[in-house]
Amino acid sequence: MIGYLLRSLLLALLVCLTVLVISFTLSHVGGNLAINLAGPDASAESIAKLQHELGLDRPLPVQFLDWADRAAHGDLGDSFLFHEKVSHLIATHMPITFTLGIVAIAIALAVALPLGILAALHEGDGVDIAIGLVALAGQALPSFWLGLMLIIWFGVDLGWLPISGVDDWTGYILPAFVLAFVAIPAVLRLTRSGMVDAIRSDYVRTARAKGLSRASIVLKHAFRNAAMPVVAVAAVQLGFILGGSVVVEVVFNIRGVGYLGWESIQKGDFPVVQAVVLLFAVIFVVLTMLADLLGAALDPRLRAR
Amino acid sequence: MTAVLEIEDLSVNFGTLAAVRGISLTVQRGETHCLVGESGCGKSVSALSVMGLLPRDARADAARIMFADTDLFRLSERRLARLRGDRMAMIFQEPMTSLNPAYTIGSQMTEVLRRHRGTSRGEAATRAAAMLERVGVSAPEMRLGQFPHQLSGGLRQRVMIAMALLCEPELLIADEPTTALDVTVQAQILRLLARLQRELGLAVLLITHDLGIVARTAHRVSVMYAGEIVEQATVAELFAAPTHPYTRGLLASIPVPRKVRRGERLGSIPGVVPAIDRTFVGCAFRDRCARATDSCAALVPLREMSDEHHYRCRLDPAWSEPA
Amino acid sequence: MRRHRVSLWTGAVIVGFTALVAIFAPLLTPHDPFAQNLSQRFLPPVWLPGGSAAHLLGTDQIGRDYLSRLILGARISMMIGTTTILMAGTIGTTLGILGGYFGGPVDRVVMFVVSCRLAIPLILVALTVVALIGSSLAVVMLTLGLLLWERFAVVSRATTRQVCGLDYVAAAWAAGCSRSWIILREVLPNIIHHLIVIATIDMAIAILLEAALSFLGLGVPPPLPSWGLMIAEAKDYMFFKPWVIEIPGLALLVLVLGINLLGDGLRDALGAQADR
Repeated sequence: MIGYLLRSLLLALLVCLTVLVISFTLSHVGGNLAINLAGPDASAESIAKLQHELGLDRPLPVQFLDWADRAAHGDLGDSFLFHEKVSHLIATHMPITFTLGIVAIAIALAVALPLGILAALHEGDGVDIAIGLVALAGQALPSFWLGLMLIIWFGVDLGWLPISGVDDWTGYILPAFVLAFVAIPAVLRLTRSGMVDAIRSDYVRTARAKGLSRASIVLKHAFRNAAMPVVAVAAVQLGFILGGSVVVEVVFNIRGVGYLGWESIQKGDFPVVQAVVLLFAVIFVVLTMLADLLGAALDPRLRAR
Repeated sequence: MTAVLEIEDLSVNFGTLAAVRGISLTVQRGETHCLVGESGCGKSVSALSVMGLLPRDARADAARIMFADTDLFRLSERRLARLRGDRMAMIFQEPMTSLNPAYTIGSQMTEVLRRHRGTSRGEAATRAAAMLERVGVSAPEMRLGQFPHQLSGGLRQRVMIAMALLCEPELLIADEPTTALDVTVQAQILRLLARLQRELGLAVLLITHDLGIVARTAHRVSVMYAGEIVEQATVAELFAAPTHPYTRGLLASIPVPRKVRRGERLGSIPGVVPAIDRTFVGCAFRDRCARATDSCAALVPLREMSDEHHYRCRLDPAWSEPA
Repeated sequence: MRRHRVSLWTGAVIVGFTALVAIFAPLLTPHDPFAQNLSQRFLPPVWLPGGSAAHLLGTDQIGRDYLSRLILGARISMMIGTTTILMAGTIGTTLGILGGYFGGPVDRVVMFVVSCRLAIPLILVALTVVALIGSSLAVVMLTLGLLLWERFAVVSRATTRQVCGLDYVAAAWAAGCSRSWIILREVLPNIIHHLIVIATIDMAIAILLEAALSFLGLGVPPPLPSWGLMIAEAKDYMFFKPWVIEIPGLALLVLVLGINLLGDGLRDALGAQADR
């Protein structure tokens, strides 16, 4: 068990490292940061001077090691644009994105789990087909478009919810709902197939033979077994939601890490971009490991291992 | 004496496939009635019908299925669920998969008592442990905290039996309870069931394909073929005077030590059990019967050898194989 | 199974229709999609008051005919979709087959590469690449094609392993066939139906991703009428003239839905149990 954990941890670290190298290479190879910063009218000398100041004239591996060394001490560099420490920028923007992600996955589960159970209970008939179509349509919706449409309907026409920013908790509702659509189809499908298998299983037949109530059979016996892989998938889907938060944050003008990343890309503030990419990679890797652990924790058969 | 279970004219169809075609049988208190036949003859489906556990695509029809004074066939699902696990119980063939892997033994056992008797958690646990002891499970308190995957097949089957008997039912339906177990364990489980039947006065409907089990445990037997009961008798009569060609064929194919001589052919019935369409008429066995004639394609009469012994064939009780 | 044939045919019709529109786009556009006419800005579609038959879907903020832009946008979406699945399909399938066939250290390397790819936040990296190289249709096609291969890899690896466990592969090897022959003649034909289903899923993802990139300003550049870009350009006017974002949005929805229906129908028709 310990051996397995250690090996997973090592792999996770390697993956993060690889992503880091990729994003570092990307941001330092394409385009010249100094040119962007110096402005369109700068002379060649002032650009060269800036380059030297920023250490951009050193060979790439050296720059990388220098960055890595500082990062190990918690210093992710300085943002060119904001004249702040990158780590501070991320720390201030992260809570919003994180909250958004958690609310989104909560909404996704609240929608997908009951619908998946319902679809399985009505396997093959009209309700099942209808739910399947809804899931399919949800998958086909462009998230930014859904966001805009919701802004029009709920924000303007009905005036119920704010259309921009997250000044209070109501500001999270629409964007979290849009983000939830990313995860709903996968969770719904997995819940449904897990429930279908569970309902057909021998232990559910035993439960029925014992005369237990319908609720007990469906929820206590069937769902408990169907839910095991679903929880793991939900963790991974949270990773996808967070990684794709850019679009929704831009549409709803929410200053989270995704928005920060987008702004930084546009303005060429690459220390920030690099840190944001690394952050999402780390989050994803951590969530994947968490998903494995959750899967094992829920299945008594795996716990012994 | 009223029978605990009385099935009258039960038929079950899956689409156009007729799995069970009008069977009738009774089980008395303290009696074991074996329903025996090859795989695919419809015996499990019959058992499931009594409990109302058929899959969604099954269509059942019966004149009545009487359990004490209640017609199970006409009962609503809710009422039927009240009876299940309480006054009538069922155990199944595959102990390895019949228990929920996510919950402890104790949790799965106590929920029966809490559901049907409203027992408190503590009291239910005590009773569950007592029942486990009764069915021969060692260290019952420890077992309650264990998960199914930690128990062997034989132990799991004992747990299933204990679970089924917690509410002291009047009827126990056992669908091939020993088929998936080792031979030695089989014998133990059968002895256990016999003992419990004596102690509790259980009516037992035992489904099996093994004539050896029938010989050991049954009081009465129904031989099933292709959805029909082709012969029904007390166990003594069945083995002493098998009349239907299928029954005779079955008994002939059992090698009996010291009776079968070296080099002698074992009896066997050529062909396989057919799948029967709903519209089928006549004897289903005719394609495999050495004595079939054209009249076998018409409706086959139910004939009586004695009060307790019926069979479905046009042949005379005294018929014998051609020389 | 009737229901799945309905999916298959509905999906096929939608995708087929869009493909035809894409192919014959220049012949079908009633006006030049790039022709600006500032005196005819914001004409509503023909079913709203003020609409005219000359511009069935109205005009946008600088007077370009919406229907023509929509038609050309179909071509862009279809091009993105097909090039992505060709590129990503090649990369992913090659990786997957190599990993599945050879197993051992090769497989571990393939799995590691896939894990790295999954850990990358797709949109951010795609945005970065386009920002660095400059936005153009070619860049977007290349970026998506080089990034969206993970599904192909995972599924082809899993099915290759399955197929390699079967007897006829062992028989071919015993008969002396070369590795590449086995892969081409035994493995590939048996995983193709899974790959076709994955291709539809990936195509849908690529189209939606390009729309998102263009919406954020780092995808297909103006004045090309990518549907995502059309929505972005119209965003400032959406409160007063919602149709300017409703129409391209619906177009995206219908096309992607059609592709998904096609994929679902194919999956059931081909009997594949592909991972989604």
